[in-house]
Amino acid sequence: MKKDDKRQYALILCDGPACLRKKSKNLEEVIKQELDKRGMADRVRLTLSGCLGMCDKGPILIVNPGYVIYGGVTEHDIPAIVEQHLINGEPIARLEINEDHLFNRFFRVFGDVGFFGKQMRITLRNCGIIDPEKIDDYLSVRGYEALAKVLTDISPEDVVKEIKKSGLRGRGGAGYPTGIKWELTRKSEGSPKYVICNADEGDPGAFMDRSAIEGDPHTVIEGMIIGGYATGADKGFVYIRAEYPLAIKRLEKALGEAKTHGFLGKNIMGSDFSFDIEIKLGAGAFVCGEETALIHSIEGSRGMPRPRPPFPSVSGLFGKPTLINNVETWANIPVIILDGADWFSSIGTETSKGTKVFAVAGKVKNTGLVEVPMGTTLREIIYDIAGGIADDKKFKAVQTGGPSGGCLPEEYLDTKIDYESLSKAGSIMGSGGMIVIDEDSCMVNISKFFLEFTENESCGKCTPCREGTKRMLEILTRITDGKGEEGDIEKLERLGNMIKKASLCGLGQSAPNPVLSTIKNFREEYEEHIKEKKCRASACIALLSYTITDKCIGCMACRRACPVNAISGEPKVKHVVDKTRCVKCGLCFNICKFDAIDRR
Amino acid sequence: MEQTLDNKQAELKTFIDGFRDKEHFESYLIAVLHKAQEIHGYLKKDVMDDIAREMNIPTSHIWGVATFYHYFNLKPIGKYKISICLGTACYVKGAERILNAVKKELGIEMGDTTPDELFTLQITRCLGACGLAPVAMINDKIHGELTAEKMVDILRKYRKAAMAEAAEKAKEQQ
Repeated sequence: MKKDDKRQYALILCDGPACLRKKSKNLEEVIKQELDKRGMADRVRLTLSGCLGMCDKGPILIVNPGYVIYGGVTEHDIPAIVEQHLINGEPIARLEINEDHLFNRFFRVFGDVGFFGKQMRITLRNCGIIDPEKIDDYLSVRGYEALAKVLTDISPEDVVKEIKKSGLRGRGGAGYPTGIKWELTRKSEGSPKYVICNADEGDPGAFMDRSAIEGDPHTVIEGMIIGGYATGADKGFVYIRAEYPLAIKRLEKALGEAKTHGFLGKNIMGSDFSFDIEIKLGAGAFVCGEETALIHSIEGSRGMPRPRPPFPSVSGLFGKPTLINNVETWANIPVIILDGADWFSSIGTETSKGTKVFAVAGKVKNTGLVEVPMGTTLREIIYDIAGGIADDKKFKAVQTGGPSGGCLPEEYLDTKIDYESLSKAGSIMGSGGMIVIDEDSCMVNISKFFLEFTENESCGKCTPCREGTKRMLEILTRITDGKGEEGDIEKLERLGNMIKKASLCGLGQSAPNPVLSTIKNFREEYEEHIKEKKCRASACIALLSYTITDKCIGCMACRRACPVNAISGEPKVKHVVDKTRCVKCGLCFNICKFDAIDRR
Repeated sequence: MEQTLDNKQAELKTFIDGFRDKEHFESYLIAVLHKAQEIHGYLKKDVMDDIAREMNIPTSHIWGVATFYHYFNLKPIGKYKISICLGTACYVKGAERILNAVKKELGIEMGDTTPDELFTLQITRCLGACGLAPVAMINDKIHGELTAEKMVDILRKYRKAAMAEAAEKAKEQQ
């Protein structure tokens, strides 16, 4: 802020989708009007931020200085906030989110809130702090300083060395050492070279790339420019899902501003280095997250993978050497350059350095984005940060890595998260989706769900994946329909292992993971489905049976509701379900006011 | 004012011309298909033929691309496109019930459009709004924390709004 600035307060209003839906857009208007009314308009700066990740407590309004975080703000609270807090200087206790004062490792801004207490935000460091649509905001938090540093002081070789030394590994899922990728691309012969940012975030349940771009697009752009400089590329592409309109809009705006400020284009910051970035939209194909498929898609073709080698670092986009990294990987680059590889590699575990962003969703109290140092346990994320299981249900499993990952039961909760430990446990790090599953979900049904997804998204190029996933899905459907046969589990295992070994790309190689991991960890549920035709979570409809208990007072409500007239009985006499006619639709169960229908 | 067909064609042509000076002109095919869908609502066969001529790419290749990606519609879609999110978070929170409620209310199956061309039902994989699960998107608007009843209410509101709009239009024309 300039010296003669009269502003005393900076307000940050979250306009992530959750807060937006709770009317944060309206709030912006109301706040502006109230500030005008009270003559405070020129003393307060109001900023809209991307998703802060505390979706549960929205709409969120942060008042600086003071770092007061208000949650669940409604338009009726605004006059009080302006009057009491901004004019009289007294924060409003009833709206403050002020949980346990937990040990705060990194972020004094969010230090008082439990949700942020155990987090360490590196890639999301600016999300929620700066206005993503203003380059000046980014510049005020040392934005583009890393770029200036490499352009003036560090040779491309040394940038690659620094990244290698940091121990950073690909955040898209596979965990390939980023520095080695950079080195290979740098050494490859061919011109021009390309740099790609993979923002085709396809894993269902994962939204960290979207939030990173929505909340702080310049960090990703700066990372890419540095990548271009280090590898000798002069052109970059961001491949982003068409389903993310806000992220695309903010990225476009950020690219435009970076250009007018001379951070992109010819002779960046007066140096000999020129670099430009273009946005390419995806069109809804999960397999395009695979790097060779993504490259085909940028080339304007069907996004189908091809065998590697040659790796993209040797022959990638348009047959030229190409450096391709995930959004989160790129967002780490400026920090590593500014704070050094030594600092970065001091965070995390032996084999996995730095932090990882997870999108925690499913049956937890606080869903949202969390960024934690590698080595944090699953338990800390699920219970300390995400607040534990919603509705006080019992924890059953946590699914990491999306459709390519696995389901881990309770005994793995104290697993320290890194690439190796998760894969040893039978899951994967993946891109960072983390879905918590409680006792109401059936593991067979969940694995069927994931397989439906991969079967549908299989590009069809290689047989093991195309046909194998179909057969596996048939078997799973049979089991959940109550037609499972002895030997089905073994068939699934055999097919699954075959698909893993014989498929061409990561999609096929990992597609059986959800099934294999649930068979390994929840085999008894599969056996119950097959032998006893029972689903303990009451999730597989075909396996349910309805009976009417003695609580029935004979009100006839269920009898009238039944679409197939399977319920009989006189008024005020206990009714009976004819199981041969029942289609298990559950209407009677829903309509009964006396809890007299037993479903199991 | 409805755009005439010629205008639509001209708009798409201008869009394509914008890429002509770029390297690897043909690599902009997917961007062009996005634009064509935005203009026409779906990818008509003759539109794809036009693109083939303009960009000098075989129609077979364009057809291959258009059918590969879920985002492209090859059939006309309704005034309101309903996308039920079947991402993992929504799924464990009961997205299937929402889907079934919509199917029952509208009497259509996945991918179909109602006879009155008002609603098209599609599923989508994760809208990234997992905090609000289960969610559905109707055109560009996200509806979250849904229940089957809430979803049916929402659909009825859309139908009512569309009918009011149609009535208004009919009145104007009289």
